Amino acid sequence: MDIDLITNILYAMIRTGTPLLIVALGELVCEKSGVLNLGQEGMMLMGAVVGFIVTLLSGSLLLGFILAMVAGVLMSLIFGLITMELSANQVATGLALTIFGTGLSAFVGSEFVGKPIEGLDPVFIPVLTDLPIIGRMLFGQDLVVYLSFILFGAVYWFINYSRPGLILKAVGENPHAANAIGLPVFKTRYLAIIFGGAMAGLAGGYLSLAYTPLWAENMTAGRGWIALALVVFASWKAERVLLGAWLFGLASILHLVFQGLGFSVSPNLLAMLPYLATVVVLVILSSNQTRSRLVAPMSLGNPFHARG
Amino acid sequence: MKRRQFNKLVTGLAAGVCISALSTFSAQAADPFKVGFVYVGPVGDHGWSYQHDQGRKSVEAEFGDKVQTTYVENVAEGADAQRVIYNLAKTGHDLIFTTSFGFMNPTLKVAKQFPDVVFEHATGYKTAKNMGTYISTTFEGRYVAGYVASQVTKSNKIGYIASFPIPEVIRDINAVQLALNEYNPEAELKIIWVNSWFDPGKEADAANAMMDQGVDVILQHTDSPAAMQAAERRGAYAVGQASDMSSFGPNAHLLSVVDEWGPHYINTVKAVMDGTWKPKANVEGMKEGAIVIPGFNKSIPAEVVTHAEVLIAGIKDGSVYPFAGPIKNKAGEVVVAEGERMSYEELEKMNWYVEGISSDIPK
Repeated sequence: MDIDLITNILYAMIRTGTPLLIVALGELVCEKSGVLNLGQEGMMLMGAVVGFIVTLLSGSLLLGFILAMVAGVLMSLIFGLITMELSANQVATGLALTIFGTGLSAFVGSEFVGKPIEGLDPVFIPVLTDLPIIGRMLFGQDLVVYLSFILFGAVYWFINYSRPGLILKAVGENPHAANAIGLPVFKTRYLAIIFGGAMAGLAGGYLSLAYTPLWAENMTAGRGWIALALVVFASWKAERVLLGAWLFGLASILHLVFQGLGFSVSPNLLAMLPYLATVVVLVILSSNQTRSRLVAPMSLGNPFHARG
Repeated sequence: MKRRQFNKLVTGLAAGVCISALSTFSAQAADPFKVGFVYVGPVGDHGWSYQHDQGRKSVEAEFGDKVQTTYVENVAEGADAQRVIYNLAKTGHDLIFTTSFGFMNPTLKVAKQFPDVVFEHATGYKTAKNMGTYISTTFEGRYVAGYVASQVTKSNKIGYIASFPIPEVIRDINAVQLALNEYNPEAELKIIWVNSWFDPGKEADAANAMMDQGVDVILQHTDSPAAMQAAERRGAYAVGQASDMSSFGPNAHLLSVVDEWGPHYINTVKAVMDGTWKPKANVEGMKEGAIVIPGFNKSIPAEVVTHAEVLIAGIKDGSVYPFAGPIKNKAGEVVVAEGERMSYEELEKMNWYVEGISSDIPK
């Protein structure tokens, strides 16, 4: 392996990990509030199709990304209304949201299959892009990747160091206690769900506008589910979500690179690598049982009844 | 009937099939000849099912009011398929096309229940009194694509994005390698298996990984145009699969190997209407218009295009056959002797690489 190849692998690792990172950060915040939304895949697909259609018709990538996020938010509000107002089961509602989003995006996008758009171009940061090895990986990406770095920082700070983050965690740990001391449980959970929707929409838009600028049915191909698993294996820690997403990206890329280099390892084994590597690393990190029990939001998946 | 539709909806949802699975399309006409189509994927995949639907549309264009077509998309292979096919037969369809390998046994079962309805199943091997099969010989197009790739590559590295190691895919990889052996033995074929028919992100990743390793022409046996786009961005060439992908890479697009099901569908509808239809295994390729190369990239040297057209003409008249002997396997043993040709039945079972491919078939 020469330097160029390593540079390219690292570059592709971040690119591949970015949609996962964005969705997983959204889901992390959502789960921190005690809400388990399994509708990531459906929200992503709606974000992808809406972003693509808007960009195709308007010619504006910015508008596409914004409306992709709006589409994700609207989808998440459907989930919010059903689980919060009607106290429906979160798991069932989330699954239904995925099925609904898959079907609706296919329906909405049927006229837009096979149409090309100009995708998002990378923005090179002068001087830094030319750094050896890490230059392209960190400073030769597109704007959404840079945004994902900022989002990670923001979510990390929000959860660990901010007062609203503390409220979020309190609501996720014990909504009744939070309610008793006057914290706005419903509002907090709604905002967390909306943030999750916006992130899923953004990630979907990233797929259809930047990663592979096209629309095709079911183009997320399970990335929403991987992000969901990442949050769990990252034991609800933002920094581990980042690590997991990039690790998954790295392993997915290596699976392809090794085949191209002619390694005589079964591609089926290599295809398992992303899942295996991610799970193994994150399980080792969260192996301290008492600690990981403490980090999982206590009331995750439980509806909250009392009106606050 | 209402209730049955409701049940169908519920089971459909439970099976995780998206809602559009149950959308059907019907054109209005007075007492027309009814033709049904069953698709495994969405018509919006811009690949396999999309091309079958283009074929359905050409039937409508050809016969107008005389024919009414219906399609059911996103039908899971297995028991669900049998019910869908049964419903089509029950609702007065005279001819039903089932377009995925896994529909073979369900089609056969329904065919026995409805002896007056004609069934045709794509890519399978079972026939009955009222059931025929049809398949197209994509390897003919791949051989031509392999020739063009061998001539335009500068790095002598050609990439192949492969889906699953089944005979059809292995056969087509071999067709490309045979073209390389013939026209540019220096060229190396790098094969990357992505374990999916359709995952745009992964296909683009595979294309990029290849280009990082110096590949400058990419072929694919997966369905999305993502690799074409990736090649366009980085100034490489790519070959389109199943449908014309030129719009995704105006500069990168060397050519597309397009499945045209229309001619077969039109001929079959005509034969059934005239009462001349007979159950048989239809194997159709460039000669029958089932495999088409709609156009070549302008940047391909004229003599290369000319020779590609000679090859196409040769394939059509039978003088060129990619799997004509002598063919050696990877180990260098002669498998097909000089003067012999592999039959279609042999090609259907092909599970070995020809000489020149350095990697192994995944197990």
